[in-house]
Amino acid sequence: MGGPVATSSAPDPVVVTLGNPNTGKSTLFNRLTGLRQKVSNYPGVTVEQVSGYCDLEGQQIRLVDVPGTYSLSAMSPDEIIAVDVLCGTVSELGQPQAVIIVVDAANLRRNLFLTSQILEVGLPVVIALNMADRLPSLGLVIDEVKLAERLDCPVIPIAATIGTGIEALKKALAETISSGSIPQVAINIEFNETARELVQQLSIFSPSITQLEGARALIDVGGYAETRLTQAYGGQVSEQLEIFRKRVGGGRDLATIETRDRYSWIQSLLSGVETRKTTVQSTLSILADRFVNHPVTGTLLFAFVMATVFQAVFAWAGPLVHGIDFLTGSLATQALAAFGDNLLTRFITEGVIAGVGSVVVFLPQIIILFAFIIALEDSGYMARAAFLMDRAMRGVGLSGQSFIPMLSSFACAVPGIMGTRVIANKHDRLATIMAAPFMTCSARLPVYSLLIAAFIPDTRYAGGWINIQGLTLFALYLIGLLGGGLTAWLVGRLFWANKKSRFLLEMPPYRVPQFRTVLSKLISRVVIFLKRAGTIILMVAIVVWVLATFPTRSDFNPHVDSASNATQQIETSYLGRMSRSVAPLFQPLGWDWKVTAAVVASFPAREAVIAVLGTIYAVGEKTDKGSATLTDRIRSARHPNGAPVYTLPMVIGLMVFFAFCLQCASTMAVMRRETGTWRWPIAAWIYMTGLGYLGALTVYQVGTWLRF
Amino acid sequence: MSLPLALLKPGQSGIVEGYTEINEMSLRLMQMGLVEGTQIEVVRFAPAGDPVEIRLMGYCLSLRNQEAENILVGSID
Repeated sequence: MGGPVATSSAPDPVVVTLGNPNTGKSTLFNRLTGLRQKVSNYPGVTVEQVSGYCDLEGQQIRLVDVPGTYSLSAMSPDEIIAVDVLCGTVSELGQPQAVIIVVDAANLRRNLFLTSQILEVGLPVVIALNMADRLPSLGLVIDEVKLAERLDCPVIPIAATIGTGIEALKKALAETISSGSIPQVAINIEFNETARELVQQLSIFSPSITQLEGARALIDVGGYAETRLTQAYGGQVSEQLEIFRKRVGGGRDLATIETRDRYSWIQSLLSGVETRKTTVQSTLSILADRFVNHPVTGTLLFAFVMATVFQAVFAWAGPLVHGIDFLTGSLATQALAAFGDNLLTRFITEGVIAGVGSVVVFLPQIIILFAFIIALEDSGYMARAAFLMDRAMRGVGLSGQSFIPMLSSFACAVPGIMGTRVIANKHDRLATIMAAPFMTCSARLPVYSLLIAAFIPDTRYAGGWINIQGLTLFALYLIGLLGGGLTAWLVGRLFWANKKSRFLLEMPPYRVPQFRTVLSKLISRVVIFLKRAGTIILMVAIVVWVLATFPTRSDFNPHVDSASNATQQIETSYLGRMSRSVAPLFQPLGWDWKVTAAVVASFPAREAVIAVLGTIYAVGEKTDKGSATLTDRIRSARHPNGAPVYTLPMVIGLMVFFAFCLQCASTMAVMRRETGTWRWPIAAWIYMTGLGYLGALTVYQVGTWLRF
Repeated sequence: MSLPLALLKPGQSGIVEGYTEINEMSLRLMQMGLVEGTQIEVVRFAPAGDPVEIRLMGYCLSLRNQEAENILVGSID
């Protein structure tokens, strides 16, 4: 190690940042790496891996951010990742060279619990004592020299939000990497010795087993380390574990002993290190907390915050949405003018630009909603919202912790499902994952907007306050919410008869959201969304365009702007043939083959339905002659017998279908990744599609029978 | 005299003495600092009466009454 990095192919030393949640770990990470970050996933598991690069006195290191955890006992996915990264079993990263433990100075005692576990791993450690600037206002004094002595590693006071101490931290890190000195602490010598012997015994089966893995296997009964070892090497490992556990604990719960020992070690460690001069808590924070948690003002504030978020998403995004719409439209016109009207140009304008444009249009809404959610999370309010919502969420068998992922799902179920990682309870997490796709995501909005604007009367009551169109949209949100709630309840009932949800959440102190942290989180979320637009939806748009264009009829003339000309082309195209063969299945829903084609083509991504409808009703027409809008065209669509296709029961049924159906390949992919099996996404697909079909069928048949 | 934490009123504080039952949740609570000898204070209950927010070691934590019933607290003040 050491020395300048000559070629980019030489692997940079890997340094891991670990710490409790709410310690300002991401803020420090952003300080050290700037925005040069990469978000990926740990191979095989669900957890997001954020890494970036940082220059240490001429040497570049790769910094890996591990999700915040309270312990290494490896029972939740985040803890498992922390253990894997520390053990060097993440193949892509290899063995880390050092660890930065981010510690909240104002909350030293609890933070030192995880610290004490990491100190025993056998890696060089630097401790970043964050929020050191807050200590005087809390009446706390920390002797960091004495603390460093007792922890046997450098302790650097920093304030990540304002950027003090960062240079000192980098310097200490560079020195620690080059010296490679490993902290020597003695917490529970008996456990450590026993774990070492166990590792020796087990190395017959597993030569690469580390001290940390051995210790975790010994202590955590039924935990991750034990499960992995017994799965790989069978019953002999279990026997060995039993023998060693009996010997060291004599039948007592080792995890309880470990925890007690660590806290009593911390207790003696802190004597003479941490002194509390006064026990004042920031009165402002107390007042804020009283207001936020007051039964009346707190509930009002909650309603106000939620109303603002949704108002922002729908009203503020409006002009931006129109702007993007206008841009894609003029881009298509210009392409047509520049390259002339030929097959390739039509492919680009009708396939690529229209297809991707129909998705990028959601970008403003997604950005605004996520900016709000991330800022609310960063400010500490989300934990209060979860506290407030826990009782209500329990009604469907979930906990307050499911509230945040559910809220995110109103923008997009993909980050919502990824957000379920914060839920420690496995069953709660699965139930939330199954319920999340029911939330009215922004991809459903354009479908609703188009159909509501075209077919729901713009009738207003009470002086314009109550609008039938608005009520319809509200009802659609409501059935999504109900569907999700019922699903969560049903999943809990069906699979785990006595499932109990859990709720244990730290209430972080309020702070002003950090612009840099919000921005970097926002960018990573938006990139995920854009990747989807760039891949799946582009593919759908292209495939649909090709299927609708070929085989081209000999009498088809793209230069003639006539509906019958276009319809005949579509009807005989591959898309038309395929749709007509499955159309009988959807006839009871009131759909003709064109609607069927659009819905079937939008199974990989529901928002594609707009682009497909556009293609079906306008394919072959000159783009610059946009005299008839899509709204006009679907309004005048007729069955062969002359009856209108889009009757009110059919339209409402269609919207119900979209409310329930899982038309989103990305959601299925993320469900697969988060649950580790295809069983859940496939079950969800069958269940949701069935529900959508039944819903649309019921609405159409009952509505038609009632002669709406 | 020791009481389950759930029976304390907002503003009351006490010292953790142990758990009625050792389970996964009690281990989690211990890891977060609720070990014997830790001083804890009940900050508030949610409007619905559940969950409960407590303060310990300079930070706040919320948990359900069900868990709070498992925690035994003494030296109540």
